Amino acid sequence: MELAINKSNTFTSTRNACKLCSPLGASLVFKGIEGCIPMIHGSQGCATYIRRYMISHYKEPVDIASSNFSEETTIYGGNKNFCTGIDNVRKMYNPAVIGIASTCLSETIGEDIPRLIKEYAQLHEGEQIPVFIHASTPSYQGSHMDGFHETVLSAVASLATEGATSKQINIFSGFISPADIRYIKEICDDFGVEYMVFPDYSDTLDNPHWKDYQLIPEGGTPVAQIKNAANAIASIEFGTIMNKVVSTSKSSAAHTAGEWLEKHHSVPNTRMPLPIGIEASDMFFKTLETISGIATPRHHARERGRLIDAYVDGHKYVFGKRAVVFGEEDMVLSMVAFLHEIGIETVLAGSGGESNSLKKEIDARTGGVYPNMIVMNNLDFETINEMVDELKPDIFIGNSKGYYIARRLKKPIVRIGFPIHDRFGAQRLHHIGYRGTQELFDRIVNALIEYKQEHSPVGYKYI
Amino acid sequence: MNAILKDRNSQITRAGADTKTIACNKPSLAGAVSQRACVFCGSRVVLYPIADALHLIHGPIGCAAYTWDIRGAMSSGPEIHRMSFSTDLHEKDVVFGGEKKLEAALLELIDAYNPKAAFVYSTCIVGVIGDDIESICRKVQALKQIPVIPVHAPGFQGTKKDGYRAACEALEVLVGTGNRPAQEFSINILGDFNLAGELWILIDYYKRMGIHINATITGDGRVEDIANAHKAQLNVVQCSGSMMYLAKQMKEKYGIPFMKVSYFGIEDMSDALYEVATFFKNDDMLAKAKEIVRFEFARLMPELAVYKQALQGKKAAVYVGGSFKAISLIKALRLIGVQTVVVGSQTGTADEYEIIKQLCDEGTIIVDDSNPAELSAFVKETKADIFIGGVKERPIAYKIGLGFCDHNHERKEALAGYEGMLNFAKEIYATAMSPVWKFTK
Repeated sequence: MELAINKSNTFTSTRNACKLCSPLGASLVFKGIEGCIPMIHGSQGCATYIRRYMISHYKEPVDIASSNFSEETTIYGGNKNFCTGIDNVRKMYNPAVIGIASTCLSETIGEDIPRLIKEYAQLHEGEQIPVFIHASTPSYQGSHMDGFHETVLSAVASLATEGATSKQINIFSGFISPADIRYIKEICDDFGVEYMVFPDYSDTLDNPHWKDYQLIPEGGTPVAQIKNAANAIASIEFGTIMNKVVSTSKSSAAHTAGEWLEKHHSVPNTRMPLPIGIEASDMFFKTLETISGIATPRHHARERGRLIDAYVDGHKYVFGKRAVVFGEEDMVLSMVAFLHEIGIETVLAGSGGESNSLKKEIDARTGGVYPNMIVMNNLDFETINEMVDELKPDIFIGNSKGYYIARRLKKPIVRIGFPIHDRFGAQRLHHIGYRGTQELFDRIVNALIEYKQEHSPVGYKYI
Repeated sequence: MNAILKDRNSQITRAGADTKTIACNKPSLAGAVSQRACVFCGSRVVLYPIADALHLIHGPIGCAAYTWDIRGAMSSGPEIHRMSFSTDLHEKDVVFGGEKKLEAALLELIDAYNPKAAFVYSTCIVGVIGDDIESICRKVQALKQIPVIPVHAPGFQGTKKDGYRAACEALEVLVGTGNRPAQEFSINILGDFNLAGELWILIDYYKRMGIHINATITGDGRVEDIANAHKAQLNVVQCSGSMMYLAKQMKEKYGIPFMKVSYFGIEDMSDALYEVATFFKNDDMLAKAKEIVRFEFARLMPELAVYKQALQGKKAAVYVGGSFKAISLIKALRLIGVQTVVVGSQTGTADEYEIIKQLCDEGTIIVDDSNPAELSAFVKETKADIFIGGVKERPIAYKIGLGFCDHNHERKEALAGYEGMLNFAKEIYATAMSPVWKFTK
């Protein structure tokens, strides 16, 4: 196994990346703000590629503007294109918010976006102009997850202002599915607490059918709630790795929105893993109980009970199985911990993220009982492909880009997270809490049963 | 809110006698949410199907990640093209330069994958940090003894169309380097990318006519064939937007004539076969072409008649990559009783838009380099029932209750040739006749 790692390390190039670029993460967060349209300050292709990538996953319109750099822009600066872009976006969309993400190009030529925004505002003094949020997301720094968390931080740091005390609980839920976000909101509603989930793309990236085209779909975290985040009673953050390494925040030593609010506005922050599995979900519900002083509603306690019942019913189908898990670091971390909880051994856990803390975090969550588990940061799919044969996995768990490896090995793959480009309904998958864990558990058990049934010489009618 | 920006007016017109000529071939307007990608994208989609070449993208990870196995272009042999290779530039590379990383990446990948050639795509920041890609390519070519060809594709240096040209320039480097003996009645197929195996359908027709296929550029493409492309007697060019430049260059350099054809729809497909046969001035070949057309017509028409009857009176919006394909689609739709009420493309040409103006019914909206706001307004105004486009148009159609047919990279059924026409009709029928629409009205 050591040999395999060394072999893959000899490649300078990235072969079939297990990550995406930073502006994609920013675009996701902007889609989760009410009335917001994202604009990418760079070449036209960045916006179009990201739109296409997100559309193929969410099956929804994803409008992202571009300042459309030309040769001239690149030499003389992007001021003109920036202003034209904003003017046109305002005319077409009349947005309440414009979220601006930088790119490798605009950062490399030294575009000062805060200054461009300021100049635009001065030029249009007296007009009702949109709220501007800017995130620095050069794609040569980190992955889409760094862009995601950086943008959450930027939005909060630029908008949150102290005012009247509030009972709001801030929930920074990380990169989860629209269905997951709706579920968190349902939980909070059932607790009867005031809350903000940010970013909330549960409607904007999973709309009902429309009669007329909505240029800006309804939904998203209201700006008023983001402003109010400074007055909240507490913050909860999902993810323990987040953007640990690449934090480009210039104004503060805080790396995440939760940290920033704690530091600057004394809002206590609870950081916890993405709540996948019973233990991690318990942590989330207990935190809500502690903050609100309200017991977990019966409805959710029953859901937990049914999940335990399912664990018992299904435990033999999964015990001792070997999994390969890949995707975003926080997703991988929580998935490995969940698999540990049900008796599946992860033999390889990998991510294109570069925090270099995945191994340490996994050891902490699993008690270090898997000394042979290969844990890799800065991983690409071809490295996985070259290592898996000798690992003899029973199942692959990750985004759809790993399908080709599972196909070569003729093993089942359970698709989770982002992107899922080769299956239907990705926006409706649950991953977190008791409900998400139940769904994942059912899917994993059934994938293993189906594999066994299909490879059985007689087939069988009862499991 | 305005669906149409003032600065976009010149790129929108209507079919009819006294309507204005459309403006096209312009950079996209900032903030207009164009459906186009960039120069890099243009070069990447054209060269991507060359299956035994290494395609290395020099830049940060995004450009490579978003184009990994993007096109579904099938190969009958090697599949190196389905891999996504990137130098994955990081901050330190941007500061200190990425040349060393590029060289190391090229050397290791050529050793590991044994490609017959390597294409090195430069992306936005490479154009800015000033890496000398040319000299790295020359150096590696000398070391590894395979063609290592730079593709100049910084995203901001023009439009997607300029990317087509960058791809053609890269291909030009290869063409003429082979030394295979020339064969009689040989053609190159330019501008088919073998999506869903479409190229193989076309090759079958040509072979039945006694034509030798010298090189396919770039569908199911091979370096060796492209290197010998100058041995053909004729270049048959589809998707003229992307490949015309190469055809013109080959005419100038090697005296090879070219003709523009389309393989979409019965009419254009048949014309293609007749025109190629006529070019070779060979009676036997023409007789065989007629036989193919007669046979396929007899087979297809009764089936198409059924669809036509069901679809009669339906209205379609067409928004595709190039205007040449749009012309074929208008005709193919008409054949099955569907009227085109909106037609547009990302990178159309003035000549072709003029043909579209003549071809369409009066009042049909014609648009260049459109966006979601416009397209959704146009389909509403014209009460279109079906949209024919690509991935980015699909949610616009579905969200407001129009049927949809993917005529772009992600199609899984062949839409070219005679059986492609049948598949097209079936798909239009399926999307128009689905019972689900009763819930969206």
